[in-house]
Amino acid sequence: MMVNVDLTTVWAFIIAFAVFAYVVMDGFDLGIGILFPTFEVGPERDRAMNSIAPVWDGNETWLVLGGGGLFAAFPLAYAVILPATYPLIIAMLLGLVFRGVAFEYRWRDPSHRKLWDVAFTGGSLVAAMAQGMTLGALLQGIEVVDRAYAGSWWDWLTPYTLLTGLGTVAGYALLGATWLVWKLDGESQHHARKLGKRAAWATFVLMGAVSLYNVFLNAEYAERWLSAPEIYYAAPVPILTGLIALALLRALSVERHSKPFWLSLALFFFGMAGLGVTIWPYVIPPGVTIWDAAAPERSQIFMLVGVAITMPLIIAYTAWAYYVFRGKVGHEGYH
Amino acid sequence: MFDGFDALLLARIQFAFTVSFHFIFPAFSIGLASFLAVLEGLWLKTGKPLYLDLFKYWLKIFAIAFAMGVVSGIVMSYQFGTNWSVFSDVAGPVIGPLMAYEVLTAFFLEAGFLGVMLFGMERVGKKLHFAATLMVAVGTCISAFWILSVNSWMHTPVGYEMGANGQFLPGPSWWTIVFNPSFPYRLVHTVLAAFITTAFVVGGVGAWHLIKDRTNAHARKMFSMAMWMAALVVPVQIFAGDMHGLNTLEHQPQKVMAMEGHYESHPDGAPLYLFGIPNDKEQRLDYAVGIPKLSSLILKHDLDAPLAGLDTIPDDEQPPVAVVFWSFRIMIAVGFAMLGVGMWSLLARWRGKLYDWGWLHRAALVMAPSGFVAVLAGWITTEVGRQPYVIYNLLRTEDAASPLAAPAVGASLVAFVVVYFFVFGAGVWYILHLMHKPPHAGEYGVKRGDKGPIRTAGITPGLTQDPSDESAKDLSGTKQEPEERP
Repeated sequence: MMVNVDLTTVWAFIIAFAVFAYVVMDGFDLGIGILFPTFEVGPERDRAMNSIAPVWDGNETWLVLGGGGLFAAFPLAYAVILPATYPLIIAMLLGLVFRGVAFEYRWRDPSHRKLWDVAFTGGSLVAAMAQGMTLGALLQGIEVVDRAYAGSWWDWLTPYTLLTGLGTVAGYALLGATWLVWKLDGESQHHARKLGKRAAWATFVLMGAVSLYNVFLNAEYAERWLSAPEIYYAAPVPILTGLIALALLRALSVERHSKPFWLSLALFFFGMAGLGVTIWPYVIPPGVTIWDAAAPERSQIFMLVGVAITMPLIIAYTAWAYYVFRGKVGHEGYH
Repeated sequence: MFDGFDALLLARIQFAFTVSFHFIFPAFSIGLASFLAVLEGLWLKTGKPLYLDLFKYWLKIFAIAFAMGVVSGIVMSYQFGTNWSVFSDVAGPVIGPLMAYEVLTAFFLEAGFLGVMLFGMERVGKKLHFAATLMVAVGTCISAFWILSVNSWMHTPVGYEMGANGQFLPGPSWWTIVFNPSFPYRLVHTVLAAFITTAFVVGGVGAWHLIKDRTNAHARKMFSMAMWMAALVVPVQIFAGDMHGLNTLEHQPQKVMAMEGHYESHPDGAPLYLFGIPNDKEQRLDYAVGIPKLSSLILKHDLDAPLAGLDTIPDDEQPPVAVVFWSFRIMIAVGFAMLGVGMWSLLARWRGKLYDWGWLHRAALVMAPSGFVAVLAGWITTEVGRQPYVIYNLLRTEDAASPLAAPAVGASLVAFVVVYFFVFGAGVWYILHLMHKPPHAGEYGVKRGDKGPIRTAGITPGLTQDPSDESAKDLSGTKQEPEERP
């Protein structure tokens, strides 16, 4: 696997970074939404919601950067993937609408709270499932003819995409649960830890299943993972993922606060690295490479200047916002 | 279910629907963010708690409007790809980077500081909190800058080269692309529109509470501030709109022809039509009522200047005249009604009865949503006036759509319509509910939960708890009355 460092490669990594940032940051927001019905109505739900209320909007912005960045840096990929997964994207957007407004609406009228709690969970679940299935639809390959999607309407619906969808739901639930282990205490934290263990097992099983499926999905993927010399580059990814999984289970069993969350993050990082190894150098398997879909150099350079200047600032003030709202949530308010 | 429909038409309706709904929220939140920054700034400068009360009153409303803007905006950022994939592919190299800049310089800024603005007053202190409010306000304006640059480029495309694969590629200068000929005018006109829209909402709410209680000091202050905006900014806006119109005449003449209802050319002075029924089929304005030569005077500053009509434009390059003609008139009528309220308020101020003139308050109340009407009518004028092109004179709308079948687009359109009316209807209802309550001393901010607002016990809890700090008092007490809950 040769990595030729040019502008297009740099942009592929920037988009990958944005997607990763989105997946882990909005991942725990969506995960909390998915787990929401298991929390008791009242302080437990309120605190779970409050733990993400100040940051969810910033987290979701990474999705706009992922989409907008893809549009700008790989316009062809944007123009093919979105129509190919049309129903999934629309479902995700509508899910995010319900999820997003629930943050504000559920406090407005106590008699409507129930409705917006359902909207919060339903929206999060649909968005997570749709995102996972979109990923699956991309990995299984998209038919392209003359710079346009040429497949059928239902190509996105296969056992494989259902599996990647469920895997994403489980993974987000894991992130959400471990975030709450960090941000809550007492009985609620205990509850979150229990949920975290279940979500961790579900994530391991589904991640393993998707990985195995990948190998059989397409001969090129199998070659990449199972033959020398590629296997020497690829092998560390599953091995490290396995080690992290063990550490995560241990961290959830002992009284750790922030560690399970960081380990879940690492799990996602290696999961994404595995996907990167699988898909490289295609942006739309099986036929369109990142170079085929790339915007011209002038566009890439112009945006790279913007990224170089703004990204450090974005990371700095995002980190500051998290720092402002650090620590356990709403503790003294409930004595 | 949608097999008999035209996928292109459905996609256009879907875009028009989602973008119109979306634009309502930023039109309000751009102005409101700046208003909040002004209120907080005045509070810090004067120390008067009244300003803080007003800040908190409007902050609750801002939180809801902003959330609706965010979620409807994400839909827009994906809609280009889902429904207009050919457009995305061919125009992506030019406009994609501008939109990426919007995300990088505006969306992150707004979102990053929003949490602190809404919930962080007691955790970061007054000054840093004010900085966060400013960042959100600046972010909304930067966002307008980039997205209007993109939109303007689609109206007046310059600075591009054609690629061998049919893509529009950026030329040597990004400056030329960003500051394309219609951009400065559109930016000024749109941002002023957002400020005025907010001013009339604030004025309407102030008027409502003055009608109920003329002595309410908070209502008086917000009404007075809003009426200053109406009196001073609306005239500037009318001037800016006129400049924008002249710019359109230069670059998109057929749009102006449609706005004016000029099917026929007028070699010695064109009339200004006040009324008429556009008839595209016969290419004439039925039942026309006009003032002779006035259009030439407005557009060319010369009574006898010749003006070309749509008879000089091939039929298949004309926009649908009726929509443009009427939406333009609605915008103008609302604009002059706003000017009337502004002037009336000056008269009332001069006569010392700004807070006692019931009819002025009623007029301001009726005009509260007028900004939204004007803004949407204005956008319909400019966007429909660009048809049949999506990139003016270069890419036709019919050639820009995704290869989707009508049932798929139709189903998503129905889903958007149902969800938007339900979700945003609820949001507007909550906002009206908040506006219905009179602003008062000791106003609460955005709070969370039955037993108190959002609080996070840090390693060093309560780092900026100043007993004299109004905000800290409001937010930290456990005696919180369920003021927001009926």
